[in-house]
Amino acid sequence: MNSGKRQKFLGGLFVNGTLLLLVILWTIPTLGIFVSSFRNRNDIAVSGWWNIFPHREWKVTREIDPAAAGLNPDGIMEVEGVSGTFDEFRAGLSTPDGERLRWVGNKRLGRIQVEEQVWTVSWNFTLDNYRQVLGGQNFEFTKPDGTVEVVPGDNMSGAFLNSLAVTVPSTVIPILIAAFAAYAFAWMTFPGRRTMFIMVVALLVVPLQIALVPILRDYRALNLNGTFLAIWLAHTGFGLALATYLLYNYISSLPRDILESAFIDGASHFTVFTRLILPLSVPALASFAIFQFLWVWNDYLVALIFLGGNPEFELVTQRMAAIIGARGQDWHLLTAGAFVSMLLPLAVFFGLQRYFVRGLLAGSVKG
Amino acid sequence: MKSINNTGGQKLSLTAEIVSLLGRIFLAAGIPLIAFYVLYLGFIFLRDSNAPRAVIALTAILWGVGGVAVLYWIFNDIVERLPDPWKSRLLPFVFVGPAMAILAWYLAIPTLRTFWISLFDRNGPSEGLNLFQQLTSDSFVGLNNYVAVFTESLMREAFRNNLLWIIFGSTFSVVFGLIIAVLADRSRIEKTAKSLIFLPMAISFVGASIIWNFIYEYRPAGQPQVGLLNTLVTSLGGQPQAWPQWVTISPWNNLFLIVIVVWLQAGYAMVLFSAALKGIPEEILEASRIDGANEFQIFFQIMIPSIRGTIISVWTTIVIFTLKIFDVVWVMTGGQFGTHVIATQFYRQAFTNRNSGFGAAIAIVLLIAVIPVMYYNLKQFREREAFQ
Repeated sequence: MNSGKRQKFLGGLFVNGTLLLLVILWTIPTLGIFVSSFRNRNDIAVSGWWNIFPHREWKVTREIDPAAAGLNPDGIMEVEGVSGTFDEFRAGLSTPDGERLRWVGNKRLGRIQVEEQVWTVSWNFTLDNYRQVLGGQNFEFTKPDGTVEVVPGDNMSGAFLNSLAVTVPSTVIPILIAAFAAYAFAWMTFPGRRTMFIMVVALLVVPLQIALVPILRDYRALNLNGTFLAIWLAHTGFGLALATYLLYNYISSLPRDILESAFIDGASHFTVFTRLILPLSVPALASFAIFQFLWVWNDYLVALIFLGGNPEFELVTQRMAAIIGARGQDWHLLTAGAFVSMLLPLAVFFGLQRYFVRGLLAGSVKG
Repeated sequence: MKSINNTGGQKLSLTAEIVSLLGRIFLAAGIPLIAFYVLYLGFIFLRDSNAPRAVIALTAILWGVGGVAVLYWIFNDIVERLPDPWKSRLLPFVFVGPAMAILAWYLAIPTLRTFWISLFDRNGPSEGLNLFQQLTSDSFVGLNNYVAVFTESLMREAFRNNLLWIIFGSTFSVVFGLIIAVLADRSRIEKTAKSLIFLPMAISFVGASIIWNFIYEYRPAGQPQVGLLNTLVTSLGGQPQAWPQWVTISPWNNLFLIVIVVWLQAGYAMVLFSAALKGIPEEILEASRIDGANEFQIFFQIMIPSIRGTIISVWTTIVIFTLKIFDVVWVMTGGQFGTHVIATQFYRQAFTNRNSGFGAAIAIVLLIAVIPVMYYNLKQFREREAFQ
């Protein structure tokens, strides 16, 4: 019995240990940019974000002037009980008591630094990165030596508003249209019903790339390019097949008796739909809404094509991609910007995780 | 499933048939058209106004959402006022028409139009000519674009890379998703673990590209490395690399991009597998344990066979997904360093080079690649027979 217990304990250890390892692996990337977005921009440029954890670093305690100590850099030098050539000192030599000696500078004017390893953390946190990324105007940055550098802000807050103005209608409009259609498919008879539904099913997996060239032509002809309307309609069109399919599955599974009694009471289809079906379908509407919201908010391709020409209507993803392209080394901006762009999706995700999972299980995967 | 509303069933006269057909078409196309026109007017107004951005955004939202809702209400009201037989003939089209018209405009008809465009040269079919004139014009190139799609060297590279994406991307996502689902099922930290693994699904590809660019960040040897991967590599005595841009190991540098999608998609696989695993009756697992099966035997001989359907559907989904992969590659490398995929080639040809014919041909190739899945979906739908 004892060995059985032991085995169970070891098994549990293995399961939890492996899982923990995978969770850490999966979390580190996000943690890295989250931490970095709050670090001072000079720190980000020279040290990794993990330096916020306690670590040992070499710190200069005192300096030795080689000339005063009477050392000859061309021969073998002996300092504090350590001897070595110039090149060896340059690379750093450790002393018996754990210090390190390092020659800094050139042969003639250099000096020897005595360094000691100390525990330290790099906790120089700031909100400046966010200020610069969100701001639309110029942003003043004080360097450590006191000089002030003026850099243009990245106007993420403007992009954030644009993204919101694109995402909300692009989520609500297809749901509304799809819910009407799903209701008709589920509760009305009309010629062509089956054919139309087969079209919906067939279009589920059609890649949206197929539509981009012709739709762009239409938009050019209608002078619609670079407007919110263009992108709302595009997202509506691309999300509609899935929305209709999912909502049909849900609405058609609602019990018939509720509807029948409503019709006997003389209610019209429109009343039944708005008063009865919509409230009852909230779980399905919510799970599709989350998907469409995340999909539109995170979309880059559709925005690039239909809004690409208009910098004023740039979305968060486009703004970020532009910063990567123009200033791919400015990690203080990229990390803060990435986090701004993730804020809303993460809030939606954590707030409505239940619906999100339910939607996934119902097959919310877009073509 | 029978309708609640009875259409009457008596034969209609020919005129009535024609009128009702016209009415239906009008409703299906009319609602979206009027909605479009009303929204369009609002937009021209918004585009030319100088109001603060927040006001414009709010107006746009109210205008767009409210406009569509009000139109449904108005059209329903109009049809409700008609005499009864007409009402029941036309009302379904108020409900279903707009969805069908939009689907037709945005997805169904574009497949045909894209195919048509793919038969022409870079400017596409010229407007103002009739069908015969278009076919005999100089811009008609027949299947030449398709020949180019399969022979051009960058396209071949894209096909090769997409194959890597499909094979490695889907396999690793499924394998990791399965491992995590099985482990989480027996763990005390199940909820937290699943949330954290699942979290990347909420992150955009552009965001994920930044996150992973930061991990791959490269500084020349000797300088302090700030990227996690290069820090690890140099501390183990290796040479720092700009991983996705590392052409020497091409095509395997694509794996550094594929990792990103595995990171994003494993959570999706995990959620579906987790739900499927919970559906396996506990008695079966218990019985096989009593019979002396060890955990690995249970995993391979009981769990995997019982969730086979889920594994196949998750796999297919991720295959379709990786087939169309665009954002990650476009943001990370722009397709340079031997990392082009089909969708980046499509974008480059259709929009950067403005070669519509070539771009359209690539899009058709993507469509053909998903046809088996489309066929399978339709077959499933027929078999379920939920629809009469």
